[in-house]
Amino acid sequence: MLYQIMDGDYGGSCGGCAEDMTVEFGYEPHVLAVDDNLIDRTLVEKLLKNSSCKVTTAENGLRALEFLGLGSDERNSLEGTVSKVNLVITDYCMPGMTGYELLKKIKESSVLKEVPVVIMSSENIPTRINQCLEEGAQMFMLKPLKQSDVKQLKRHLMKYRS
Amino acid sequence: MELVQIQRRLVDYTKSLFMEGFLDAQFLQLQQLQDDSNPDFVFEVVSLFFEDSEKLLNELTIALDQPNVDFKKLDSHVHQLKGSSSSIGAQRVKNACIAFRNYCDVQNIEGCLTCLQQVKQECYLVKNKFETLFRLEQQIMASGGSVPTIELGF
Repeated sequence: MLYQIMDGDYGGSCGGCAEDMTVEFGYEPHVLAVDDNLIDRTLVEKLLKNSSCKVTTAENGLRALEFLGLGSDERNSLEGTVSKVNLVITDYCMPGMTGYELLKKIKESSVLKEVPVVIMSSENIPTRINQCLEEGAQMFMLKPLKQSDVKQLKRHLMKYRS
Repeated sequence: MELVQIQRRLVDYTKSLFMEGFLDAQFLQLQQLQDDSNPDFVFEVVSLFFEDSEKLLNELTIALDQPNVDFKKLDSHVHQLKGSSSSIGAQRVKNACIAFRNYCDVQNIEGCLTCLQQVKQECYLVKNKFETLFRLEQQIMASGGSVPTIELGF
């Protein structure tokens, strides 16, 4: 499966789960979640949808770039276009292109460089974390993700709202 | 058996899985994600895990059977399994994977073979545990009851 474009209309909330991002953002943020692990992809998608996000998933960096319009076979002209997504959340360890490399590509793009990128990893390696933050990652999150992490993410993102 | 008895049995059984280390707090996170619009979420994700882990275990078996073992590939597969097991709260599987990766790091084939057996065993055990858990849940729902939720801090 390439990507899953899911309907973001996700009425109803689970008992005691994360606050509604719609209230905070005033709309449903569109998040691109990138992870090569199917279980993790399923989990992060559910976590985000439970916070009223519209979610698109991609299983690797190349697919993510294609979705974002930065694929190698796309015309390199995103002039005047607005980013499709409000946030990219990506795993660090992926075959082919790592999350760090994906982050760099996004930050190199004139259209997409303002899109916040969050990196996830199961490994707590300070040099890795610093490398990502220095390259412009908004946050670094340790897997496995929990609902409280998504809450924290939302709070953090709110500071950067224009 | 009365509904209340099955519900109590489910609670006790679930608690025992935490006590014995089969599950950790991450499993509770998974349960909290389940809601009316997605009532089978836990079952679906756990099922995905066992499908995925079976493939990974096969890959690992094949990789260790090669004349020249590719430890990088081995480690990559174990890393995947460690990640998935961690994400669903299958603690003993996760820990077995951590031990496995250590042997991959030092390229110790014997150690890896032992660890593979251990990981297979832990997957098998926790699969049985989940099957019992889901069976109890089904019994409760079939009796018209609701599945009791486990609170943290028991």
